[in-house]
Amino acid sequence: MEFAELIKTPRVDGVVLHRPFLPTVEGTLCLTGHHLILSSRQDNTEELWLLHSNIDSIEKRFVGSLGSIIVKCKDLRVIQLDIPGMEECLNIASSIEALSTLDSVSLMYPFFYRPMFEVIEDGWNSFLPEDAFKDLESMTDEWRLSEVNKDFSVCPSYPPLVAVPKDIDDETLRKVATFRHGGRFPVLSYYHKKNGMVMMRAGQPLTGTNGRRCKEDEKLINATLRPGKRGYIIDTRTINVAQQAKARGGGIESEANYPQWRRIHKAIERSNVLQESLIKLVEACNDQSHNMDRWLSKLEASNWQTHVKEILTTACLAAQCIDREGASVLVHGTEGTDTTLQVTSLAQIILDPSCRTIRGFQGLVEREWLQAGHPFQQRCAQSAYSNSKPRQEAPVFLLFLDCVWQILRQFPCSFEFSESYLVLLFEHAYASQFVCRLFLRQLHKTVSLWSWVNRHQEIERLTNPLFEANSLVIWPSVAPQSLLLWEGVFLRWNRSSKCLDEAYEEMVHIIEYNKELQNKVNSLRRQLAQLETEDPLLQTP
Amino acid sequence: MCLQVEQVRLLDRFSNKSTNGTLYLTATHLIFVESSSNNLTSILHHHIASVEKLSLTTTGCPLVIQCRNFRVVHFVVQRERDCHDIYSSLLRLLRPVSYEELYAFSYNPKQNDQQREEGWQLIDLGAEFERMGVPCDQWQLTDVNRDYKVCETYPRDLYVPITASKPIIVGSSKFRSKGRFPVLTYFYQEKKAAVCRCSQPLSGFSARCLEDESMLQAISKANHNSRFVYVMDTRPKLNALANRAAGKGYENEDNYSNIRFQFVGIENIHVMRTSLQKLLEVIGTRSLSMGDYLEGLESSGWLRHIKAIVDAAIFLAKAVTVEGASVLVHCSDGWDRTAQVCSLGALLMDPYYRTIKGFMVLIEKDWISFGHKFADRCDQLDGDPKEVSPIFTQFLECVWQLSEQFPQAFEFSEWFLLQIHEHVHSCQYGNFLGNNQRQREELQLRERTHSLWAYLLSEKQNYLNPFYSPAYCEAHPVLEPSTLPYHFKFWRNMYHQFDRSMHPRQSILKTILTLRENSHKAESTLQALENVSEHLNLLFHTFGLFPKEGQYVQGQDDEDEQDEVGEEAVESTDMERTVEGSSGTESRKQSYGELEGTYNNELAKEEPAVVSLEFGVARMTC
Repeated sequence: MEFAELIKTPRVDGVVLHRPFLPTVEGTLCLTGHHLILSSRQDNTEELWLLHSNIDSIEKRFVGSLGSIIVKCKDLRVIQLDIPGMEECLNIASSIEALSTLDSVSLMYPFFYRPMFEVIEDGWNSFLPEDAFKDLESMTDEWRLSEVNKDFSVCPSYPPLVAVPKDIDDETLRKVATFRHGGRFPVLSYYHKKNGMVMMRAGQPLTGTNGRRCKEDEKLINATLRPGKRGYIIDTRTINVAQQAKARGGGIESEANYPQWRRIHKAIERSNVLQESLIKLVEACNDQSHNMDRWLSKLEASNWQTHVKEILTTACLAAQCIDREGASVLVHGTEGTDTTLQVTSLAQIILDPSCRTIRGFQGLVEREWLQAGHPFQQRCAQSAYSNSKPRQEAPVFLLFLDCVWQILRQFPCSFEFSESYLVLLFEHAYASQFVCRLFLRQLHKTVSLWSWVNRHQEIERLTNPLFEANSLVIWPSVAPQSLLLWEGVFLRWNRSSKCLDEAYEEMVHIIEYNKELQNKVNSLRRQLAQLETEDPLLQTP
Repeated sequence: MCLQVEQVRLLDRFSNKSTNGTLYLTATHLIFVESSSNNLTSILHHHIASVEKLSLTTTGCPLVIQCRNFRVVHFVVQRERDCHDIYSSLLRLLRPVSYEELYAFSYNPKQNDQQREEGWQLIDLGAEFERMGVPCDQWQLTDVNRDYKVCETYPRDLYVPITASKPIIVGSSKFRSKGRFPVLTYFYQEKKAAVCRCSQPLSGFSARCLEDESMLQAISKANHNSRFVYVMDTRPKLNALANRAAGKGYENEDNYSNIRFQFVGIENIHVMRTSLQKLLEVIGTRSLSMGDYLEGLESSGWLRHIKAIVDAAIFLAKAVTVEGASVLVHCSDGWDRTAQVCSLGALLMDPYYRTIKGFMVLIEKDWISFGHKFADRCDQLDGDPKEVSPIFTQFLECVWQLSEQFPQAFEFSEWFLLQIHEHVHSCQYGNFLGNNQRQREELQLRERTHSLWAYLLSEKQNYLNPFYSPAYCEAHPVLEPSTLPYHFKFWRNMYHQFDRSMHPRQSILKTILTLRENSHKAESTLQALENVSEHLNLLFHTFGLFPKEGQYVQGQDDEDEQDEVGEEAVESTDMERTVEGSSGTESRKQSYGELEGTYNNELAKEEPAVVSLEFGVARMTC
């Protein structure tokens, strides 16, 4: 299929663009295979380049022969294009609709994207499991890197290399895989250097209604326990949901078969519920009415903040088990690709200072989300404006980012990156010229987001000027009073951020000025010290 | 009198943790000293709103103390008799019947009379009206209330239109509730538009008063920019209608030829009191769910009320600055909602009120001098509980909400607001004692107590907002806030100021203030070093010697220097700034559910709780 077939009117003049908090622009609208471009064709004015894949839904309106297309983007922005001529407007609208809902992965933009920047560091090679394992090896010899999944045959959603207990051979792993949902046998997620405790993740055990058991599974997870120690299994479902899963072949680890483990159930919502939540929240944020009660009740009804609280609480619980209790932890929900990853990745942010650096966070996302097989393509296919019935969509990753933002708000000096970094990841998870979400096997054809981010100029923009390395475990407050609405994402297009941005600039200025002064003082001191040692006679009388 | 009880447990409000210690009761304070750390929790008796003795438990007798600064402490006293002693002593102590019993009259910060007098002279309202450009060709100072004869809840000095003669004033005052006739409170020089305030007219269903009508006429005439005066009745229309039956009410547009009448719909003191009670109840719940929190926030109506006040202030500011019209603001008695709207409106219009000094002046003018009944509203003496209402707290919150939208527009940070709130209730300084100026003069507060403003100014550096930009204020003299509902947030640092577990562990404000201080230090160090260096260079020149470039040893030396600077930084910030947590090292005194009690109780112990959030008042004099 050619893109040209879908583009009936490639160019329209005299189109007026309305964007939130920006002056309107009149110019020429062009449609290409991947972009909607509007340019006023004057120097020094901004052009709009919008990826079709960023478009969530569109609406058409007509007043006389003037048509308007309201474009609702996945990054939650809403823009309006006034297009003279009914036919042009209809053509443009249908092209956008078609181009923004392309299903085929290989037609997607990342496969066409040629970087306009120099790839200094190839992001695809930056976070290989081998490298992560080298770090682990320096701390402990209790784990090994298994190639059992090298052709994705044991578990299609796992990477080719996974870390498992040293004493467990590949044969055992194959058996365990048949006992775990999606073949997701327990693998190492995090090693807590301080006390040698670990966090593992897996899919649910396939016990079914008749309580099937798997000795190898028990052996595997028991192998991670120190003698005489007990561990925790954190099941991200309520006990009821977990029990019901038995009827569909799933289940839970029974006390009888796993006597060394204590199971804790937490209720983190998943799939459609989350998507509905997002839709309701965004609807509430876009409501321009001045009614306080309506806003609060809509905010409450969306349940978004409840999800944030639940996820954070569970992550804190996992971290608490590891750090305070000195116990190892196994985390799973049903598939082990959604709520599980939220918990394991957030627990690492809390426990491990290196995850709070720019690079470390990339590594975390790469390990715990991309390589761990979070189905980005399905989860992020549609955002809050989509009219189509959600299938597999769920803002699981966005919720994770929201939780990271909450921790960042409470520990503003402990993260090397700023809020912009999280917003950037949100945008790129939903629509990107880079790939961080498609199939692993096709990756070499595309450019990694990390390659772009890790350039000097980008890093600077995403760096938190307040950062001061903090080697401690950071315990966030999960009280509802301490959790805030993430304005940087949800109100981004509804409120002017000018005043806040200016204050931020001022903050950066204060920090830089202070640095500069301290440097001056230091160098002067050195000079003086130098002078004095050079000629003792000259020492001030 | 000093009562001492050993073996008292202080329970954390939101977790199962507790600390053991000794409880002391002095003439002015309730003090809890932790036995393990000697940490001190000190509560001024005036801050205590209520003491409740709960029924005996196996571990002892629980005593719950709620404070006006939103501190809630929960003690468990081992012996019931001890508990009862504390309880009954507190009951006696926290219900002073005369002003002389208040802390302000015994508080002595070791100042001599002259310093005290200077403290009181810091704020001069006459000078403030001069700053606005009053008196001028249209407005004059009247001596009609010199002896509090016309209105005893107004100050002595009042400003009125030059065309308002004494008979008009007196006649108008007779037609206004409590004699509070229309007077000037703010003058917007650029457009010669005035903000005036008064109480409701005694219009009933049909009464009218020619003098009052002439009074409004005079206000209108004093402004050539507009042919009419806005009359803002800040009450909901229903309330105003109901008042008519009692012979009060609102202005009939037919009788006043030149007014535009407008209801604003801010609720009365009783609704506000109940609303705050509900809010505090909700946020005081342990293991509060997000749903209950948001629902409680909504049903308390608190943010709705805050928004209503800000909306009214914006209406006022727009009418004055955009339309150039004068505005007359009133409610029922003109000392609650009217004070809120006038002061907040002026704050939006005039950058001066957003400075530390200006904000003090604003409070002194619109709240203290115009007779906001601080004694009644803040329950300073044992009075009518129905008179208590968080009207001033709401004002402070509105300012905070604005400062969230305009981080560069205010010279002060929220710590300043919190500190003022603390002292409005502490009765440690004379400023807020009593209900009006006349009463304050009778109490001889200027001679017998100290001024809060002097104290606050003396530690001004603690309250600075590092992001404040005078340039911004010059470019945006009038603030135009958005009042879309999501701009109004729950003010955690006010209502949970003593619940440390809820605060962010690191504070941007604190970090930046520290940096700023370091910069100031570095600036002077730099200056000193440059002087020395110049001196040396001079010597070199004289002797023809020059230091060789590029010889400086980097590395070890460098690090040493760095350390030194770092240490200085630590010393210089050794101040009492504790609104928000200071470091990531403090452990969070809460558990994330589930673990506690189910599997292992170890977690419940953790580290001892630290309650050390003192906001100024805890200065001991005994």
